[in-house]
Amino acid sequence: MRSSKLGYLTKEGFKSIMTHGFMSFASVTIIVACLVIMGSFTLIAVNIDSLLDELESENIVVAYVEETFPEEEARALQPQIEYLANVRSCEFVPKAQAYEEFVSQHEGQASFADLPVEVVRDRYIIYLEDISLMGQTQEQLENIIGIARVRADMKVAQGFVSVRNMISAISLILVVVLVVVSVFIMSNTVKLATLSRKDEIAIMKMVGASNWFIRFPFVVEGLVLGMFGGMLAFLLEWVIYDVVANKIMTGLLGGLIALIPFASLSAMVFLAYVGVGLAVGVFGSSIAIRNYLQV
Amino acid sequence: MVLFENVSMTYPGGELRAIDNMSFAIEDGEFVFLVGPSGSGKTSIIKLITGEVMAESGILSVNGFDLRHIRRRKLPLMRRTIGVIFQDFRLIEDMTVYENVAFAMHVVGATNRDIRRRVPYVLDLVGLAGRERRYPREVSGGEKQRVAVARAIVNSPRLLIADEPTGNLDPALSLELMLLMDRINDNEMGTTVLVVTHEKELVNSFSKRVIAIEDGRVISDGMDGYYSYEIQ
Repeated sequence: MRSSKLGYLTKEGFKSIMTHGFMSFASVTIIVACLVIMGSFTLIAVNIDSLLDELESENIVVAYVEETFPEEEARALQPQIEYLANVRSCEFVPKAQAYEEFVSQHEGQASFADLPVEVVRDRYIIYLEDISLMGQTQEQLENIIGIARVRADMKVAQGFVSVRNMISAISLILVVVLVVVSVFIMSNTVKLATLSRKDEIAIMKMVGASNWFIRFPFVVEGLVLGMFGGMLAFLLEWVIYDVVANKIMTGLLGGLIALIPFASLSAMVFLAYVGVGLAVGVFGSSIAIRNYLQV
Repeated sequence: MVLFENVSMTYPGGELRAIDNMSFAIEDGEFVFLVGPSGSGKTSIIKLITGEVMAESGILSVNGFDLRHIRRRKLPLMRRTIGVIFQDFRLIEDMTVYENVAFAMHVVGATNRDIRRRVPYVLDLVGLAGRERRYPREVSGGEKQRVAVARAIVNSPRLLIADEPTGNLDPALSLELMLLMDRINDNEMGTTVLVVTHEKELVNSFSKRVIAIEDGRVISDGMDGYYSYEIQ
């Protein structure tokens, strides 16, 4: 393509944004609104997921070593435990340390005052990768020679798995519904914007313009509006996120919930918003004028 | 050259043929009036010539393009050999007079240098020198039609079609426009001109070929330059 022609068509695309100012404004507004709504729900889901990850990581399994095993042999079990696929890490707690912790936890209770140290066993505190596999890991731990008993809180683990599945399903449904609604609104906005240009397209066809010659300025226009909408939505999301995060941190839930800082999500959010904005702008405009090109 | 040989066409969903076994030929350099009452098929003929609709039978050729078998992507090339003027001008409102004309040159891939040279010449030819920067809403009806003429002839088309070009103009401006088209046909460019109209007096004041149609058929084709057909 000759550069002067490319330059002319690009210029026409930019010019059209200004001459159809109201429709440009409407298109950008719709893109921003849809992106912020979809993005906000996605960010809520991401934060809940991260929160669950954190809570799950505190759900531990305790493996008690056989009483007959001296401390050296008990310590030697560590590589076998760490070898298990679902074990993230494990920590050996000798019986003396476990005893002190027990006593300090029950300080002042007469029934535990004269407890001999021998009643307490050496043990391993085990952190898992995936708590939904807790039962399976428990069995594997029990099969290790030297492990007498394993304590795993299956009910809590199952509770976490259920909550995560439910939240994932709700988030997925919400995001899908919002995507469908957003695509519908955005495509109608683009259609409305191109409907007002129907006559213009007919004139272009009449003087012998090829389809790409007609489409190119529309694509440039869609690209610019989509990118602008995406960037604007990103900035707005940043402000909203910071305001909400501050409210939560300084409010009642401040001690319980720690939101992911926006800075660590910003690159992903920026790419997603600008990417979706561009895709909607470019494909939306080229698809919307397709019907008018069949003359 | 425009050749219709036993051409028939029915609109999708239509029961009657809009064009029924029609035959006529317009040679290069001719000036022809196409006349007939409303619904006789005048607009359908223009749509067939510009490739907006396709004939279902017969032979239809325009400036060497076989429109019965033309590929869709070749249509723009065919349209560039034709200039069309409409009753309602069909100018792009967001473009100035200059840009409306220059736009047609951009479509055919003309260089900026050629456009800067050619557009003022054509605007001067149609009497619009000094109006370049105005928008369509800022010029009169007669001037709008001149912009449409300028846009139609700027690429030196082989065929100029005017569909009721004087419908929105007063008699004096109508005559002026017809004289301009006569000049385009006769002296300036030797372009073939096809004017669709039902203005009897205007047709009769020029000694040109007149093709009269009714119900999608040619009912008279005379070189005497007289609009003898009576509108029903």
